[in-house]
Amino acid sequence: MFAYLVRRLFLMLVTLFGISVVIFFLLRIVPGNIVDILFAAAGYVDPADKANLEKELGIDQPLVVQYLHWIGGFLRGDFGYSYVSEKPALQEILPRIPITARLAGLALLFSASIGIPLGVISAVKQGTRLDYTLRVVSLSGLSLPSFWLGLLILTASVAMFGQIPIFNPNPATWLEAFATYAVPAAAVGFRSAALTMRITRSSMLEVLRQDYIRTARAKGASDAAVNYRHALKNAILPVITVIGIEAAFLIGGLIVTETVFNIPGVARFLVEAIRWRDYPIVQNLVMLIAVVVVSANFIVDMLYAVFDPRIRYTD
Amino acid sequence: MTDTSNLVLEVKNLKTVFFTNSGLFKAVDDVSFTVSRGETLAIVGESGCGKSVTALSLMRLVPDPPGRIVGGSVTLEGSDLLALNEAGMRKIRGNRISMIFQEPMTSLNPVMRIGDQIVEAVRLHRNVSSKEAQTIAVEMLRLVRIPEPVRRAREYPHQLSGGMRQRAMIAMALACRPALLIADEPTTALDVTIQAQILALILDLQKELGTGLVLITHDLGVVAQTAQRVIVMYAGRKVEEASVEALFAAPKHPYTRGLMASIPAVPASGVAAQERLNEIPGTVPSLVRLPPGCAFAPRCKLAIKRCEAEYPPLADWGGGHLAACWRAAEVAEVA
Amino acid sequence: MAAIDFDVELRRAGAHATVGWRRVLFLAQRHVLGAAGLTIMIVFVLTAIFADFIARYDPLTVDSAHALMRPSLVHWMGTDSFGRDVFSRIIHGARISLAVGIGSTALGGTIGVIVGLTSGYLSGWVDLVFQRVSDILQALPLLVLALIMTAALGPSLPNVILAIAIPLIPTVSRVTRANTLALREQPFVEAAKSIGMSEARIALRHVLPNTLAPLIVLATAQLGSTILTEASLSFLGLGIPEPYPSWGRMLSESAAEYVRTAPWLVIFPGIAISLAVFGANLFGDALRDILDPRQRG
Repeated sequence: MFAYLVRRLFLMLVTLFGISVVIFFLLRIVPGNIVDILFAAAGYVDPADKANLEKELGIDQPLVVQYLHWIGGFLRGDFGYSYVSEKPALQEILPRIPITARLAGLALLFSASIGIPLGVISAVKQGTRLDYTLRVVSLSGLSLPSFWLGLLILTASVAMFGQIPIFNPNPATWLEAFATYAVPAAAVGFRSAALTMRITRSSMLEVLRQDYIRTARAKGASDAAVNYRHALKNAILPVITVIGIEAAFLIGGLIVTETVFNIPGVARFLVEAIRWRDYPIVQNLVMLIAVVVVSANFIVDMLYAVFDPRIRYTD
Repeated sequence: MTDTSNLVLEVKNLKTVFFTNSGLFKAVDDVSFTVSRGETLAIVGESGCGKSVTALSLMRLVPDPPGRIVGGSVTLEGSDLLALNEAGMRKIRGNRISMIFQEPMTSLNPVMRIGDQIVEAVRLHRNVSSKEAQTIAVEMLRLVRIPEPVRRAREYPHQLSGGMRQRAMIAMALACRPALLIADEPTTALDVTIQAQILALILDLQKELGTGLVLITHDLGVVAQTAQRVIVMYAGRKVEEASVEALFAAPKHPYTRGLMASIPAVPASGVAAQERLNEIPGTVPSLVRLPPGCAFAPRCKLAIKRCEAEYPPLADWGGGHLAACWRAAEVAEVA
Repeated sequence: MAAIDFDVELRRAGAHATVGWRRVLFLAQRHVLGAAGLTIMIVFVLTAIFADFIARYDPLTVDSAHALMRPSLVHWMGTDSFGRDVFSRIIHGARISLAVGIGSTALGGTIGVIVGLTSGYLSGWVDLVFQRVSDILQALPLLVLALIMTAALGPSLPNVILAIAIPLIPTVSRVTRANTLALREQPFVEAAKSIGMSEARIALRHVLPNTLAPLIVLATAQLGSTILTEASLSFLGLGIPEPYPSWGRMLSESAAEYVRTAPWLVIFPGIAISLAVFGANLFGDALRDILDPRQRG
């Protein structure tokens, strides 16, 4: 187990290093840096001013030096300064994290609590009208863009209440806080719920074909016992993996949903930073996302070991 | 020849079909047999002959769709299993009729402890507390000669060897002292050295508990060692039935003769020692487009015109030795 | 035992239709949803091809006198803030969605297959490097990676196609690699080797055709997701640039602002995206059921 952990952690670091290199150089292959953008607005560019600013921002140095400077800072928790707001990048990012984390948590909760039961029902009732309906609903969940779902919610809200719900960063009551997050979380979670349902269904169907299910039936176990005591316990394992991966990939949905609902979270901030070519923010945010994704995968692997007695990671 | 008062199982004209996209597939076609208390009946045949489907039909575990039992009766201790509703059948399964499967590696639930899997079988049919069921489970593990049964009960299937798992399967199947045990190729997936041990164990326990046993195998050697009576199946039909002695002494069906000739050493007399192993030419015909006559005719050395046109009825050739062959009388002489 | 109608059961199992048109018809009946998906996709492709004939106005012509008109007989789906006909823009938008969908799936798929075959076939350090690179690409959410790519490359149709194709590569190469590894052990590959066939020839002649079914299934499944990603990118303003009528872009212009005043600008492009993706997903699902029996449920 220990050897496995060490190996796993080492691979994580290799992946994260790779990501940092990819992001860093990707953001610099295009001509035109932040200074060009800042000066473009002014119309006239004094080369001396430009050079000064470039020096101040450190972008006149060789790329490797810039990279080492950045990654060293990232590891120490020093995220540098935002070019745009001229505030420390960390100060910009930190307050946004809880907002996005709450949204993501709620969306995942939504996804698991709806997706898993419906997936089980769909598999158990395979081939029935109910199964068909659930499959169509889940497929449409995967087909509706979440930003459009968000826009539809806004449209409906205008039609019903005559106004757009405005994000309230300091909700007064617990209920208000819930309402603030629940609607956008549902818009994001709809897609993950659909995905969870599909995975649960196919995993259940796969398990229901196994020999040990036949053994359970041969014992005289009821359908309910077979489905829940025997099948679900085995079928849930791949679902855990998917929810874990989905936890990270939820970020895609959060980016558009935070934009639609005008929520000042991390995900929307990434888009704004990209538009501004605000390198420190973009590369640190993407690194942060990568750390979250890689850690989520790691946690899922560990959870797997807890749920599956066969896996002990001895090698 | 069988004492009817002691009858545990009576199968009459069992017919199980599969509806496939290439047509109707008669997996079990008009098969009848009986098993008495403590008796071992072997069902022999090549893979695909319908022997496993016969076993699943007795348990009413044929996957539907595509399979369906379409005719006949299966009478266990006086009640027709095919007439029961699903809830009624569940009370019988694992209780009065149990089954051991071919694959010990995949037939146990990987995320459930061995002990719990036996406990489940006990508690489904006996009104006992969880603690009592635990005790019974450990006793059963001891009965199937698993060392350290208390510790093993707490382990998961992957921690046990194939032979051990099959022992655990046997413990689970016998936990409620069934009247009938079906063993579908119980040793095929095991190491040769383990095979004999498992077989001996099944027979010992059968004797001890007085269980009727249906042993499904493709291995005539196993049949000779274990069974009292044998059914030979070919293409979904019973083509021969006899006591072990009668069958090995003088097989009446060319297919049975072919099976015997294709094994290296037959324990009983009947087939002269040969230099080279014989094999039956050809393969089992597609069950979807069976010829109107005998399904074995295309592979049979003795086949005559009549064989291809007309299916031979099962006829009694004396002492309950049944065979479905137009030329049964000549089989012994010709070969 | 209830009486069993053998003919009915056999028809249900498809025994009456094993070849030719009857088989196609049977499959269409069995997979009603898949047939619906295929129909949607055909309509979608035809719309893209014949957009010039179907659209009633030029999708790019600005007509500020008729801005933000409600849907009417003149403008079936209304007009946007520049007075452009929404219906015509949606019809022409099919071209962009189709170009991105097919373009990036084909590009990412082809590269993925080459990488997967090489990786699975050569093993060793090449495989190791490819695997690590896949890890890196897969550790970033699709949309995030595509966002950075378009940000780096600049917004244009070919760049969007490239940006969406690259995250697709590891997915395809993983499937190809796994199948290649499994197939390498197969007797027919051994046999080909023993008669002196070259490795590259074996890979192309024997291994690739045998991994085709899962790849087709995967490609169809990815088609919907590429269309969605393009829509998201364009919605965020980092995809297809103005004035081209990308469905996602149309929603971006209309976003929260027009939810109140011109809901038709929100509703119609969204329906177009959802319908196209839904069609691809329905068809992909049925295709998986038919081609990949292991997954059949």
